[in-house]
Amino acid sequence: MAKPSNEAFFWVLFSAGGVVAALFIPVQLFLFGIAFPLGWLQVPTYDHLMVLVRLPLVRIYLFILCSLPLFHWAHRFRYTLYDGLKVKHLTGLIFILCYGGAVLGTAIAAYLLWTI
Amino acid sequence: MPTVNHEVPKSAASYTPFHPRWYRPKVSVYWWLGEWHYLKFILREISSVFVAIFVIETLFLLSALRDGPEAYGHFQACMRNPLIMVLNIVSFFFVVFHTITWFNLAPSAMPVRVGGKRLPDVMVAAPSYVAWIVVSAFVCWLVLH
Repeated sequence: MAKPSNEAFFWVLFSAGGVVAALFIPVQLFLFGIAFPLGWLQVPTYDHLMVLVRLPLVRIYLFILCSLPLFHWAHRFRYTLYDGLKVKHLTGLIFILCYGGAVLGTAIAAYLLWTI
Repeated sequence: MPTVNHEVPKSAASYTPFHPRWYRPKVSVYWWLGEWHYLKFILREISSVFVAIFVIETLFLLSALRDGPEAYGHFQACMRNPLIMVLNIVSFFFVVFHTITWFNLAPSAMPVRVGGKRLPDVMVAAPSYVAWIVVSAFVCWLVLH
């Protein structure tokens, strides 16, 4: 019998993050990274964004938008390093850096959204 | 005919001269560069880096909103920096690539059967694209109205 592992748990996070990233990141990045800086669209005022961010549902959305895609990144990047660069001997270190980064980002997002 | 030394080994482990070498071809670190199929795989995997960069930018936006209107203005100015602009445009292509490859993978990951027949891949992927359009329109409406 195969050794029980946490792989399924991380895969669920990876896959949920993949869905969130696929649906929401293109439009978010297009607005805030391209359309507003290039002046294609009117930059939203500070007050308007604050009204949005203070809505509980928007906060939950933003938390999910930051957290799950980071776990998606952690999973993919980890395997890219293993297979792409063939550094399987650093498995433990890569695992800690990737998931440590995702946990740290999640904590920062929670802190910012809690205190905003 | 040359004479052969038919020495009987003491055990199989010590019998090395004729042991076949394992077939383990050396794979180059750049194995993914040669073929479009492999390159696409690696580009898809690398898209995750741009996903992470987007999250970091969003954290900066939230931090700026938290610090007040002045910090928000500073954030907008940073986003107009040419280097950041180039990064964001490249990121945008990668995240759209992620979206398309992710949606197109769904029919293979979970084939849908109706009446014993497998639904065509397009029919399984299509709802994801519809959801993508609806979600994008809703986010635009929320931010811009």
